[in-house]
Amino acid sequence: MSPRVTFPNKILPYALLLPQLVIVGIFFYWPASQALYQSVLREDPFGLRSTFVGLANFRRVLNDPNYLNAVQNTAVFSVAVAFLAMAVALLLAVMADKIIKGKGFYRTMLIWPYAVAPAIAGMVWLFMFNPTMGTFAFMLRSSGYAWDPLLKGDQAMLLVIVAAAWKQISYNFLFFVAGLQAIPKTLIEAAAIDGAGETKRFWTIVFPLLAPITFFLLVINTTYAFFDTFGIIHAVTGGGPGKATETLVYKVYHDGFVNLILGDSAAQSVILMVIVIALTAIQFRYVEKKVHYG
Amino acid sequence: MATVELKDVRKTYGGRVEAVKGVSIDIPDGAMCVLVGPSGCGKSTLLRMIAGLEEITSGTVSIGGEVVNTRGPAERDIAMVFQNYALYPHMKVYDNMAYGLRNRGMAKDEIDRRVREAAATLGLAELLERRPRELSGGQRQRVAMGRAIVRSPKAFLFDEPLSNLDAKLRGQMRIEIKNLQRALGVTSVYVTHDQVEAMTLADTLVVMNGGIAEQIDTPMAIYEKPASIFVAGFIGSPAMNLLAAHGAEQGKGLTLASGGAIKPRDLAAPEAGRQVLLGVRPEHLTLVSDSKNADIEMKVTAVETLGADTLAHGRPVAGDARGGELIARLPGSVRISEDDVLPLAIDAGAAHLFDAGTGKRI
Repeated sequence: MSPRVTFPNKILPYALLLPQLVIVGIFFYWPASQALYQSVLREDPFGLRSTFVGLANFRRVLNDPNYLNAVQNTAVFSVAVAFLAMAVALLLAVMADKIIKGKGFYRTMLIWPYAVAPAIAGMVWLFMFNPTMGTFAFMLRSSGYAWDPLLKGDQAMLLVIVAAAWKQISYNFLFFVAGLQAIPKTLIEAAAIDGAGETKRFWTIVFPLLAPITFFLLVINTTYAFFDTFGIIHAVTGGGPGKATETLVYKVYHDGFVNLILGDSAAQSVILMVIVIALTAIQFRYVEKKVHYG
Repeated sequence: MATVELKDVRKTYGGRVEAVKGVSIDIPDGAMCVLVGPSGCGKSTLLRMIAGLEEITSGTVSIGGEVVNTRGPAERDIAMVFQNYALYPHMKVYDNMAYGLRNRGMAKDEIDRRVREAAATLGLAELLERRPRELSGGQRQRVAMGRAIVRSPKAFLFDEPLSNLDAKLRGQMRIEIKNLQRALGVTSVYVTHDQVEAMTLADTLVVMNGGIAEQIDTPMAIYEKPASIFVAGFIGSPAMNLLAAHGAEQGKGLTLASGGAIKPRDLAAPEAGRQVLLGVRPEHLTLVSDSKNADIEMKVTAVETLGADTLAHGRPVAGDARGGELIARLPGSVRISEDDVLPLAIDAGAAHLFDAGTGKRI
């Protein structure tokens, strides 16, 4: 343990912390507390008066079949996005680690999609797979596959999952590449001498040593799938067809800003917050136990 | 257990850089061969080619009489101890040692027997349930050894295994490795840049420089008859003194550039006028009573008192030694100080002559 830094001046340490506290206060605690406050109020249609209604908003939200549908969509969507984004990124990272010539170029190309804004990423995928003008949609249809994400909910879900995962692959790739580089070459050589083939080496040596990174990415990707995919869903499907791709965060937006049911929307965002906190806690509590840091 | 033979082994990187330029070594069954040399001399590359971790550009590597050039590291039946130990950090000591056996599909109770036996030999029995990060440097080194011996391979390969340990532990582990290797009788190749390790461990010592084997012989033979200036300077600590000289008239021996003549016994005197270097180890310079009996006079510039010995660093009063430096190893009882002028006699029987041009022994 390094000794604690002691400041002779009593005010200085607080002054140094102040900018951080202000930012967190304005952009997190204040809106979060507003959401909490709003979630127990009911606003009249004209926004002139609000009444305290206790937990009535929560009761209504949790009994709403549309809400349960969003929960289910979110579960499918998050698991699929996190798994797909991490698996593909790991595969690409392992392959990028092997090539010798053009390593830098290859990596740069793979990191680029991260610089694309979510809505743009959504549009790119929409253009490719739009049933009326999409190139790939045309190819799918001419090969006899009935591709129509505007009408078929499961196809729409597939499309947003792929688009959301695609956007996150670059980020995961970057971390996996760094993780792979941190594994000493001699470990791999020792395993090769110990008679482990390439696949075996990966699953018994490389993958366990990447565990801290995989765990970190699991947390990040789950949070990403829950919150940051709003733009992609909004651009590609708008939650449709028939609420087939409406996730929790999309419903928060839709109920709050389109339907203007502020109380319900606030109650939903509080529930969403609780779910994500619980998920992260569970990940740290159970998954991290299987992770060895160095 | 097996012999290891290298025949004209070469390694070229990208068709340009030659790391190993044709090395041939025969290592008999059960012998310890040490490759020693400065960094970049190709010794590690050579070892990695024996292990199968580097491709062999040309030449052959045979283990147990079979050419293994095209076999992967796993099929060569060798075990390697790495400088950084390369222990699997996420596995317990037991699993580290068992990993290679499990990969080869050995029965569980046989694995258990072998691991426990090796652990007992190495004093690791108490540590089997620990992870590498919970071990000291010396213990990790032992686990790395254990991982090698449980396999009972045809050959052990050591890549500077002691460089990460502190001096005291290094001396201790050196003896342990030697005893273990003798007891198991496994043919070994050991790479080091430390000449003390090289001298003490080797049955066959290979001194490498610039991708070639400068000399291959027993450690004592190399110490007593170094084949070149490089070997003379590399083996022995402190390094051998090299004095510029030339052949004197017929039968008169050598004239030192510092003035004075010397006739080394057992050495053929070079023809008159031929430029040579006279090699004298610091321990073969003796202090004499006065300058009349001295072969060379040295002005002391620094004194290192080691207790048993005193090392006197200095320059010849007249003329030139190679690099201008002379070192004499004197008995610890001698009291000298800086700026003293020491009359020194060269033990002519233990002197070496090298051609000044080629650097080869005459």
